[in-house]
Amino acid sequence: MSPAFLVLLALGLGLAAWLVARARAWGYKRAEPARRLAALPVYHGWYAALWVVLPVLLFAFAWSLMAPQLIAQSVLASPAAAELPAFGMERTTILSEARAVATGAAPAVFNPVAQELVEPYREAIGRYSAIGLVATLLIAFAGGAWAFLRLKPDFRARTKVERAVMVVLLIASLMAILTTLGIFASLIFETVRFFGMVSPFDFLFGTNWGPDPMGPADSPDGSRYGALPLFWGTIYIGAIIAMIVAIPLGLMSAIYLTQYANPRLRQWLKPALEILAGVPTVVYGYFAALTVAPAIRDIAIAFGIENASSESALAAGLVMGIMIIPFVSSMADDSIAAVPQAMRDGSLAMGATTNETIRRVLVPAALPGIVAGVMLAVSRAIGETMIVVMAAGAAANLSANPLEAMTTVTFQIVAMLTGEGSFDHPATLSAFALGFVLFLVTLALNFIALRVVKRFREAYE
Amino acid sequence: MVTEPLSQRSNAEPKMRARDVSVFYGDKKAIDAVSIDIPSEYVTAFIGPSGCGKSTFLRAFNRMNDTIASARVEGTIELDGEDIYKSGMDVVQLRARVGMVFQKPNPFPKSIYENVAYGPRIHGFAEGKADLDAIVERSLRRAGLWEEVKDRLAESGTALSGGQQQRLCIARAIAVEPEVILMDEPCSALDPIATAKIEELIDELRGRYAIVIVTHSMQQAARVSQRTAFFHLGSLIEFGETSQIFTTPRESRTQDYITGRYG
Repeated sequence: MSPAFLVLLALGLGLAAWLVARARAWGYKRAEPARRLAALPVYHGWYAALWVVLPVLLFAFAWSLMAPQLIAQSVLASPAAAELPAFGMERTTILSEARAVATGAAPAVFNPVAQELVEPYREAIGRYSAIGLVATLLIAFAGGAWAFLRLKPDFRARTKVERAVMVVLLIASLMAILTTLGIFASLIFETVRFFGMVSPFDFLFGTNWGPDPMGPADSPDGSRYGALPLFWGTIYIGAIIAMIVAIPLGLMSAIYLTQYANPRLRQWLKPALEILAGVPTVVYGYFAALTVAPAIRDIAIAFGIENASSESALAAGLVMGIMIIPFVSSMADDSIAAVPQAMRDGSLAMGATTNETIRRVLVPAALPGIVAGVMLAVSRAIGETMIVVMAAGAAANLSANPLEAMTTVTFQIVAMLTGEGSFDHPATLSAFALGFVLFLVTLALNFIALRVVKRFREAYE
Repeated sequence: MVTEPLSQRSNAEPKMRARDVSVFYGDKKAIDAVSIDIPSEYVTAFIGPSGCGKSTFLRAFNRMNDTIASARVEGTIELDGEDIYKSGMDVVQLRARVGMVFQKPNPFPKSIYENVAYGPRIHGFAEGKADLDAIVERSLRRAGLWEEVKDRLAESGTALSGGQQQRLCIARAIAVEPEVILMDEPCSALDPIATAKIEELIDELRGRYAIVIVTHSMQQAARVSQRTAFFHLGSLIEFGETSQIFTTPRESRTQDYITGRYG
């Protein structure tokens, strides 16, 4: 019996409980029309339904983890399993083959040993699904009965339901956090494996990046795993070139929108700017690779730089900067708009011009918010992948020349994971170490940005 | 409207002169054809119930209404005989000559020193650091704040108490050497002790500047002003010597207001 079936069953039983409990509550009402129920009948229905569905869902979740283990154990205990090889891949293959046939996923077995195990498997699966079904029904009826017995005219089903809803919402919000923690844990695990093969010192400070996925896996050449060019490329493209474009343009557009634009223009311009943030990054990638990069090359050649390549850090950085403008401008816009009108009036009333007021009062007062916006934008830019994949090239150059091809951490993560190396080869595992570093850096940036924003909110409220 | 001529110095030229001034917010008329003279060296108080347009009228004197897109002013307001609403008027210069203190203290989120130095800096009053220091000290002294803050000029102006912040705002306005100071309910956000200090300060500043103060409190108008204008529903009802307004008002509506029958 699959967990999906158990869930559907739970929902069906829940619906039944809802109807029965609601009908019962209506019954109280009919019996004593003068009396007011402590909660609407529908809340009695929800109370009973929750008592049926939630325990069953919990059970189904636990059972879906437990059942395969129990089945495997019982198969291994059967006499046919004695012929199995004791360890290794063959044993696993035979078992999974037998299971596939037993569940009908595969028509027949290749290995005759597996054939012997099909019958025990089929038997065990049948037995445990029967157990699962019975347990589900028992739990559902126990929950329903418990809820049903507590229904009374003055039962406060409404508050109980309210609390249950809160718990459900809490679980939903924990889900995202737990998932992040899980991702982080798996990253750490693989990163530790990688650093067992390549020294962290070589990785963090080496200047030569060129992992060889075909090389020997157990004695990798540490000098080919120097990630410094990648870190530099990431910072140069995402935090320097992109920000040189995004900070002035974003800030100026925010100032124009908050201080000069008339309301009707602002009403159009602000959403239009924010739409930029919704354009898929791969579309920016086309633009960078097909329009901006060749244009930069042509201009460079016109200036007499012969070896200008058609892939350059400058092209990727410029387009990334454009992509980031909405982040900077919308944060700056919010924080400038949050500076009290009284500040502006105070400055204007002293004979300052609008421009002086913006430069000397509004921007300094809004600075924490602006800085936070820039930090969020940087963390977004250094995590960006598509534009650099399409426009920055793949060469790990440690160079300050923006016309050269460069590569970034994100690009190399993609390249290493989709490369031809086996999964436990250090070249593949290096992707996790890179991801780990990137994760830490963006986490730190976001953390600082949030702290700064918080401080700045306190200043005016 | 009844205008009482000044009993003393009645031949003096008024510092500011408003003639048939109407202020509109969109289609709504907030001030209806008001004419009034603001004498120099006196404190003039605008009183009246909430929403009577007195603050709006005050903001017409340094064209702060320009910052509100829907506001429009008709009529003429003169400063030393020059119409401040004529085309080509330098609003920035006007506001340097006609300073303003707001209802809620609004020091900039900068140091105490920088708050006061702000105006002299943007107008280029100071020749070098020593000069600027002198202006800051003089302004803070005149605002009665120097003794309290002289050892912590580098601290943020927003860290001061409400009353100190308001005196800082007055010092900031004085630092620009204005000829007129407009005060828009400067004590409404302050406690009675801080209010008393500000009132004392207004009295000290009286000889030097033409001061116009909008206030809710009739006692305050009686204490600090020499002339009082009573507004109601956008019109100037009565204007005259403060003592006369409070003892023998000519208009029944003024009488009703100051005796607390409405407001």
